[in-house]
Amino acid sequence: MAVLVEKRQLVTPGEPLAEGDFIAGENSYQSEGKIYSQKLGLAEIDGKKISVVPLKGPYMPAVGDLVVGQVVDVSMGGWHVDINAPYTAILPISEVKGKPFGPRLEALTRIFGIGEILVSKVIAFDRTRDPVITIQGPGLGKVRDGVVVGLTPTKVPRLIGRKGSMISMIKRESGCEIVVGQNGRIYISGRNPEKVELVIRAVRMVEEQAHTTGLTDRIKAFLEAGKEVKTDEKQP
Amino acid sequence: MKSSRKLIDENGLRVDGRRWDELRPVKMEVGLLANANGSSYIQQGKNKIMVAVYGPKEAHPKHLGNPDRAIIRCRFHMAPFSTEERKSPAPSRREVELSKIIREALEPAVFSEYYPRSMIDVFIEVLESDGGSRCAGTMAASLALADAGIPLRDLVAACAVGKVEGQIVLDLNDVEDKEGEADMPVAVIPALGRISLLQMDGQFTEEEFAEALELAQKGCRSLYEIQKQALKQRYLPEKEALEAEEKGGK
Repeated sequence: MAVLVEKRQLVTPGEPLAEGDFIAGENSYQSEGKIYSQKLGLAEIDGKKISVVPLKGPYMPAVGDLVVGQVVDVSMGGWHVDINAPYTAILPISEVKGKPFGPRLEALTRIFGIGEILVSKVIAFDRTRDPVITIQGPGLGKVRDGVVVGLTPTKVPRLIGRKGSMISMIKRESGCEIVVGQNGRIYISGRNPEKVELVIRAVRMVEEQAHTTGLTDRIKAFLEAGKEVKTDEKQP
Repeated sequence: MKSSRKLIDENGLRVDGRRWDELRPVKMEVGLLANANGSSYIQQGKNKIMVAVYGPKEAHPKHLGNPDRAIIRCRFHMAPFSTEERKSPAPSRREVELSKIIREALEPAVFSEYYPRSMIDVFIEVLESDGGSRCAGTMAASLALADAGIPLRDLVAACAVGKVEGQIVLDLNDVEDKEGEADMPVAVIPALGRISLLQMDGQFTEEEFAEALELAQKGCRSLYEIQKQALKQRYLPEKEALEAEEKGGK
């Protein structure tokens, strides 16, 4: 009975993590008394639970997740929305309009056309059927301006930070409106295009350095430096 | 086929100067393509192979989807300029076969049950070919799957063994493959202790087969270590540099 790796050690798929009486947590599996990693990631040891924090991976929808999606198709009963998952999400018309509704009363494309960006929430998903999303709720709905950038879905918790420390710091420093979808799509909107650009570069930094420690401080320094550079430019 | 030249010289060295149990120099890299979910590149001898993995994504057309697991599609393709004489870009009989056996070598390693109704595409593109391209392709494909973050039981390591002038040799090159007496590619999944690919061309006696299989597994173990290193290499330098910087700063 022994743990074979150190905390936060970089592990590869199939690498033995522990031997004996342990529980396989996220991204690890048990076989013949050993715990193995399933992904390239950092090992986490929590008592008897051994898990792996992956460095890269697909997004799997979960009920309650905030996701940023794009309308890819319009059908009779609703919209098909790409949420960067292995499955296309469905936004039923009943989640948008109250009764009465239907294709005979109103063209669905007039509400949301193909290509439109929606901030939405997953309300049903169980792998046997496509996820269902809604736009009813505070902060949800169609977006009108701004940009959407991608981030590896497994790094979303890193961008949010412990109890939202990272993302609230970025919002505070940049003054931009930022919506972080659990699916690795980040919506950024702000009056100052330079600030938006700064946020995009901060997101890229998180992408590249997610597996390192002390990242929040470095991002903060980066955003503050960006501010100073701008004021310098204005002086002459 | 009778060989026209000596494949093993009086010092016991092979045509490229290797001993019987030596691997060719090998180089592996991951994460080179931005558009693919996962990618890898392998150079083994003269082999130069690029692999891209897309998915898991929605199965298209939908009837291909399997309700209890993801399907894996694999395309092994050789570029027209990969051989000595131009090869037609259309899939040949051999490429169709290799696509199938590489897919079957990878399938037991993938937790495909995590993504029902979806599809994982693996594109193996041979830029320059040498002996053992199916083994190199299999290894690179498993690296690309790992790079894509698809859950795996283990990486798949693969290596060929053969018989040249009566001698069992490891990791055949093109000449040895064509002019030798036997060629046997083997792919193993170390964590499961399983062989997921075993083919044989030519003849071995029972004793030779046992010896060859043992040698192939030994070769796979060394290649497996190189695979793991290639994956870690993608992230380690960055991690170490930043951590060192922090320690220095504090």
